[in-house]
Amino acid sequence: MSDTIVVLPDQSTARIPKMNYLSKENGLLSWLLTGDHKRIAILYLISISFFFFIGGALAGLIRLELLTPQSDLMATDTYNKVFSMHGIIMIFFFLVPSVPATIGNFFIPMMIGAKDLALPKINLLSWYLYMAAGMLALYTMMSGGVDTGWTFTTPLSTHYVNTHVLTTGMAVFIAGFSSIFTGLNFIVTIHKMRAPGMTWFRLPLFVWSNYAASILMVLGTPVLAIAIVLLALERTVGIGVFDPTKGGDPLLFQHLFWFYSHPAVYIMILPGMGVISEVVSTFSRKRVFGYTAVAFSSVAIAVFGFFVWAHHMFIMGISNYAVLVFSLLTMLVAVPSAIKIFNWAFTLYKGSITFETPMLYAFGFMGLFTIGGMTGVFLGASGTDIHLTETYFIVAHFHFVMVGGMLMAFLAGIHFWWPKMTGRMYPEKISQLAAVVTFIGFNLTFFPQFILGTLGMPRRYASYPPEFQVLNVFSTAGATILGVGYLLPVLYLTWSLKYGAIAGNNPWQATGLEWQVQSPPLTENYPEIPIMDHEAYDYDWLERQKEKEVASVG
Amino acid sequence: MSDSTAVAHGAAADAHHEHPPYQRHHFETIAQQNDATNFAMWLFLLTEIMFFGGLFTAYLIYRNWYYPAFVASSHQLDIFWGSLNTLLLITSSFTMAMGVWCAELRKKSGLVLCLVLTFILGLGFLGVKTVEYREKWEKHHIPGLHFSVQSFVNPASDPEVHDKYPNDQPLSMDMARHTELYFFLYFAMTGMHAVHMIIGIAILGFMILRAQAGAYTTGHVTFVENFGLYWHFVDIVWIFLFPLLYLISRH
Amino acid sequence: MTVNQHEETPEEHEQHHHIVSPKIYLIILLSLLVGTAATVWASFIDLGPFNPIIALAIACTKAVLVVLFFMHVKYSSKLTKLTVGAGFFTFLVLIGMTLADYFTRAWGRW
Repeated sequence: MSDTIVVLPDQSTARIPKMNYLSKENGLLSWLLTGDHKRIAILYLISISFFFFIGGALAGLIRLELLTPQSDLMATDTYNKVFSMHGIIMIFFFLVPSVPATIGNFFIPMMIGAKDLALPKINLLSWYLYMAAGMLALYTMMSGGVDTGWTFTTPLSTHYVNTHVLTTGMAVFIAGFSSIFTGLNFIVTIHKMRAPGMTWFRLPLFVWSNYAASILMVLGTPVLAIAIVLLALERTVGIGVFDPTKGGDPLLFQHLFWFYSHPAVYIMILPGMGVISEVVSTFSRKRVFGYTAVAFSSVAIAVFGFFVWAHHMFIMGISNYAVLVFSLLTMLVAVPSAIKIFNWAFTLYKGSITFETPMLYAFGFMGLFTIGGMTGVFLGASGTDIHLTETYFIVAHFHFVMVGGMLMAFLAGIHFWWPKMTGRMYPEKISQLAAVVTFIGFNLTFFPQFILGTLGMPRRYASYPPEFQVLNVFSTAGATILGVGYLLPVLYLTWSLKYGAIAGNNPWQATGLEWQVQSPPLTENYPEIPIMDHEAYDYDWLERQKEKEVASVG
Repeated sequence: MSDSTAVAHGAAADAHHEHPPYQRHHFETIAQQNDATNFAMWLFLLTEIMFFGGLFTAYLIYRNWYYPAFVASSHQLDIFWGSLNTLLLITSSFTMAMGVWCAELRKKSGLVLCLVLTFILGLGFLGVKTVEYREKWEKHHIPGLHFSVQSFVNPASDPEVHDKYPNDQPLSMDMARHTELYFFLYFAMTGMHAVHMIIGIAILGFMILRAQAGAYTTGHVTFVENFGLYWHFVDIVWIFLFPLLYLISRH
Repeated sequence: MTVNQHEETPEEHEQHHHIVSPKIYLIILLSLLVGTAATVWASFIDLGPFNPIIALAIACTKAVLVVLFFMHVKYSSKLTKLTVGAGFFTFLVLIGMTLADYFTRAWGRW
C-alpha cells in the first residue's frame, strides 16, 4: 500500500503533447481575442491572483495597525479605507470569480463532454468586464478609495462621506455583470451541451455546485446592480429614496444590498464545495457518499439562500416579526451545508486515504468550514446575534468560512487540476509544507478573533481597549505566517511551469472525463464528443479502462 | 504504467460535419445552438426581471407609506398619454410577434414591414415620453434641486390638473414633500424602461437592414425570435408600470 | 468514443416546428387592448381597497397572455416554463419578504 496515488509517466521519455490549447496559437492577440474557455480561465487565474495579493496587502496593513491599541500606524479615516477596499477587492474581485471563472471556466465544458461553453464571446466579455471593473477599483483605491465598509451602508454612504463611493460603486456594478454573464453561460452550457449519456445524475458534483452558484449569480446580482444605481442617484441627485428627511428609508438600501450579498456568500462557497467533492473522492478512491444528497443540497443551498438575507440586518431596525422569521429560515439554510460535510465524512470512511496536497487543503476545508458554519448558526439565532454582531466574532466567522473554507478549497482545486491545466506537476513536499503553514497561520490569525468578539471588541475600529492587545498580537503573528503560506504557491507553481515533472493524462487516477485526455488538453477538448456510459466516480470503470488501454503514439 | 488516452479518430476528425455556415463549431447541431441561444436569452430576461424588481419594491413601500402624495402625484400624469403609450406598445408587441411569424414562413417583405412598424411604434412611444418628461421639467416636478411642491400644497395654482380633479385637497407640507419620492420612482422606472426601449429600437434598426438583405428568411430565425423575447419583456414591464404609475386613483 | 448527433427530444421538435398562427396573435392583441380599456375604466370607479387589486389582476392577466402567446411559452419546453416560473418566484420573494418587514413594523412590540 503506497502512501501516494500519483502515477506519472516515465520522466525520461515523457513530453508535453505538442498540440495543446497553449501551443495552438501564439501572440498576445491570440490570448486577448480568444474564445477558448481554457485560455479565458488562465487569463482569469492571473488576474484574480493579482487582485488577491492586493487584497492581501491591505489585510497586512489592517493587521499591522491592530498590533497596538492606538490608531498609530495610520489615521482612522485611512484605516476605514483600508478595510473597505480589502473587503471590496477580496469579495468582488477574488472570491466571487475565484473557482467559477478559473476552474469552472476551464473544466465545466470538459466535465460534461463539450467542446466549449455555450457562449464563448460572452465568456471573453465577462473577463473584459472583470478587468475594467478591477482597473476602475484600483484607480479609485489609489485616489483615496471608500471608507464605508464593503457594505456601503446608507445613509453613511449617501450623505455623510466624501469618498469615492460613486466610482467604487460603478466598479462593483461592472464586476456584477461579469459575474452574471459567467453564471448565465454555465447554466446554458450545463443544460444544453452535455454529451450523450451524460445525464444529470452522472455529472461530477463540481458541475452541480457551479450550477447552483450560477443560479444565484443570475438571479441575485441584478438586485445588487439596482441597489448601486439607486445609491448613485441618491448621492448625485438627492432623490430621497434612502433619505429620512425626504421620507425615504435607509433600510431599503440594505434590503436590496443584502438580497444579493447573502446569496453572494453561497456563490462564493458552493463552487469550493464542488472542488472538495472531487478531491475527497479522488484521494479516498471512493465514490462520493450520497451523491444525490450532495447534488440536491447544492440546489437547496441556492434556493434557501434567497430567503435569509435580513439576518444581516437584525439590529438595523427591521420589525421584530421579520427578525423572527429570518432567524428561523437561517436555521434551515445551515442544514444542506451540514449534509455535505456528513457526506464527505462518510466518503472518507473506509476509503483508501492519501495525503497529497489537494487532500490536505480539503481536510483543512472540512474542519475550518465546519467551525465557521457552526458559528454562523450562533449568529443566525437573533438573541445571540444582537450581542455578537458588529464585533470580531462576525469577522472571525466569515473569515473561517471564506478563507478557511473557500480559499482552501480554491487552493485545493488549483493544485488538483494544475497537472491537467499545465501538463506539469507541482513539487509535492513544498506544497504540502505550504498547506500546513497556511493551516497553522490561519488558525493563529482568526481563532483569537472569536474570543475578541465575545469579549466585545467591535469591528471596523482602528483602536481598541488595551486589554485586547495580546489576542490581537497573536492574530497579527498568524497573519504573517498565513502570508508566507500564500506566497509559497505562487513561487513553486510558477517554478513548476518550467521544471515540474511531466504529469501525463491522469496523475491522480481520477475518474472525470477531463482526466481521460491529454494534459494540457487540446483546444477543442475532444476531437469527437465522448459518450458517457458509466456513473460518476466509477473507479471500477477506471480499472477496466486501464486494462484495455492503448498506448498513444507520439 | 502508462495512462489511458483518448483515441483520436484521425480520419473522422478531419471529415467536416455538414452544417450551415452560421453554426458555431462548439455546437453539434444547429438545433442545439438555437436551443442554447434561446435559453440564454430567457436567462438574460430573468436578470432584467430582478433588476426591475428592486424598483418595484421601492415603489410598493413608498406608495404604502405616502398614499396621499402618490395619488396627488399620479394625477399630474396625463392618462391620455399613458393609455396611448400602452396601446402603442401593445401593438408593437403584436407587430413584433407577426415579424417572427413572417421570418418563420420566410416572407421577407412581410418581415421587413413588421419590423418597420415595430420601429415606428417604438419611436412613437419614446416621442410621447419626451412630451411627458418635458411637461414635468416645465412644472418643476423632476426630483432634485429644482423640485417644487407648489402644485400639491396649493392645487389651485395648477389649473390644468385642478380642473380634472377638483376634489383634490391640498397636502400638508410634510406629505407634499413625499411627492418627490413618487416622481423619483416615476423617472427611475419609466427612464430605465425607456433606456431598454432605446436599445431595442437601435437593434431594430440594425435588424431592418439585415432583414432587407435576407438574413433572417433563410430558415435561421433565432436572432429575430430572441429579440422578440426582449421586446415583449419591455412591453410587460410597461404593462405593470402603467397602472402602478398612472392609475393609482382616478376617482 | 464516436461522433454523435444531438438527439432531438419531442419537446424541441415541437418548439422548432410549432408556428403560432396570426389569428391567435390577433386575438391576444384584442384581449390586451380590451384589458387596457378595462383597467383605465376601472380606475375611474371607486372600488375602495379593490382598485389596486383589480388593476394588478388585469396587469397580471395581460402579462400572462404576452408570455404564453407572444413569447411562445405555451408551446415551449418544460425548461422554458420552469425558467419563467423561477424568475417570477424570485421576484415575488424579493418584493414579498421585503414588504413583510415594512408591513409588520407597525405591529409594534410583541
